[in-house]
Amino acid sequence: MLIRRRGVLYELVKNRILFLMLLPALLFFLINNYAPMVGIYYAFVRFDFNRSLWNSEFIGLENFRFLWQSGILSKLTVNTLGYNLVFIISSNVLAIVCAVLLSEIQLKWFKKLTQSIMFLPYFVSFVILSVIVYNVFNYESGFLNTTLRSFGLGEADVYNTPWVWILLIPLFYLWKNIGYSMVIYLAAITGISDEYYEAAKIDGANIFQRARYITVPMLKSTFIVLLLFALGSIMKGQFDLFYQLVGNNGILYNTTDILDTYVYRSLKVTFDMGMASAAGLYQSLFGFVLIMVVNTIIRKINEDYALF
Amino acid sequence: MKIKDDKYTGLFKFIAYAVIILTSLACLFPFLLIISASFTDNASIIRDGYHFIPKKFSLEGYNLVLKAPDPVLKAYGVTMTTTVVGTILGLFFITMAGYVLQRKDFKYRNFFSFVIYFTTLFGGGLVPWYMLLTKYLDLVDTYTVLIFPGLMTPFLIILMKNFIRSAVPDEVSESAKIDGANDFKIYYSIVLQLSMPGIATVGLFLALAYWNDWFLSSLFINDPKLYQLQFYLYNIINTIAFITQMGAGSGVSLGGDIPTETTKMAMSLIVTGPILLLYPFVQRYFVKGLTIGAVKG
Repeated sequence: MLIRRRGVLYELVKNRILFLMLLPALLFFLINNYAPMVGIYYAFVRFDFNRSLWNSEFIGLENFRFLWQSGILSKLTVNTLGYNLVFIISSNVLAIVCAVLLSEIQLKWFKKLTQSIMFLPYFVSFVILSVIVYNVFNYESGFLNTTLRSFGLGEADVYNTPWVWILLIPLFYLWKNIGYSMVIYLAAITGISDEYYEAAKIDGANIFQRARYITVPMLKSTFIVLLLFALGSIMKGQFDLFYQLVGNNGILYNTTDILDTYVYRSLKVTFDMGMASAAGLYQSLFGFVLIMVVNTIIRKINEDYALF
Repeated sequence: MKIKDDKYTGLFKFIAYAVIILTSLACLFPFLLIISASFTDNASIIRDGYHFIPKKFSLEGYNLVLKAPDPVLKAYGVTMTTTVVGTILGLFFITMAGYVLQRKDFKYRNFFSFVIYFTTLFGGGLVPWYMLLTKYLDLVDTYTVLIFPGLMTPFLIILMKNFIRSAVPDEVSESAKIDGANDFKIYYSIVLQLSMPGIATVGLFLALAYWNDWFLSSLFINDPKLYQLQFYLYNIINTIAFITQMGAGSGVSLGGDIPTETTKMAMSLIVTGPILLLYPFVQRYFVKGLTIGAVKG
């Protein structure tokens, strides 16, 4: 036999059909994800659309220097990390509360109906969400101001008040995602054996104690898995959410601008490719280092929970 | 003892019902506002604002959209095409990859799984990707650019892999192999049959993402004939906002004759309609998918 029995080539020939079946997926990630990594170089050149990437003038870290010295980078980092932490914690806590409460309700139709309603916002697009937010908060005819006026309480100019959005954006994040997380926790609760509850009942534990000392602790591993999964993408903001709610409303940037929106705006609105590619690369690298550190720490504490 | 326990249970149930009902109402409230507004007289909205029940019933918003339905239908056509083609192609590739990556006798399955997973950890960023697709692959204003980037995600491949692993016992593949079936035949005639619920779930995830996408149009499409439905709506909203602002600034009401607000609401409902109609039937597949996906594998 010409081909070594355990070599790569032998495997390739033996499993050629399996390789062919995997090929479309590999090609997809090669083109869509790996090929663009070459373009990291864009962050280090003076951008010129008419020149090819390798003929562009090399300027080193100049793009980064500007981003750093103008203070944009630190502001974007704080906003991105801050919002994501708030999203992760609030959505998990609220989802656990709702799942625990809903799991104790026996009325089948009520359970099904409310679960469907809470899951519904997950299915509508972010463009619709922007319509909704406008309906509620626009100054002249929004639901909030017409209600305030009818009670003689004055008006709120939400689209010109930056700090309000620190509350509004997480609120609409919850609105969109609470059903999704709740379904996962409900599934975990269904998996808890009835024997625990029976035993607790015999020992005289009331319904609050059963929820607190059986259900909630049993959700710990689901919570940790979801938490770590979310931490993996903590530098990737919810671009659709921020961009559709805030758009190009410069008044609100200080409290609402995240790395994704800044990169997108630099690319499509202000056409500042240098800033866009530098901020984009910073986001990728920072996120990568963060995941590596978090994963190493988790591996030390409990290997079962490590991401990879 | 028994009485005390009942008292606690009653209190707990009361809290449970109260919290769940309030949360559900909060989730439902914005939809009611849109539906109500789309059936309200435009002047009444501008004068009295949005309400749950139309102050003055009117169909002018729908009338305006349906009077010149061509652009909406065109956008519907684009979104339907990308959704159907993208979902079918994506499902084909994802199921094949998922099947191969869970085959225990496939030596490099861990290596290739990591190659796919790694893309969630690190990437080139938006600009290099944008430049590759526009300048080097020349995909501006094509259907390809609306379909290709959404074909698969690492998450969906992993989900599919777990589905197949739990739905198709190894023995089935092995005995089919002994009977002389090749790997593609096994995939095509056995694996696909057995993992239908998983395929439905992943397919719905794909279809939802294609249906709700506006981002790809905003980046890569200049030709209005190729606007996706959501991006078409997005443009209408921005145009209306622009008209109203110009009107307010110059003192001349440019949007006076057009029922601006109700048109927006009617369009929103026309765009979301299919999802709201299909939702009751497809929802359980998402629940099933999330339930299996939540199990670490």
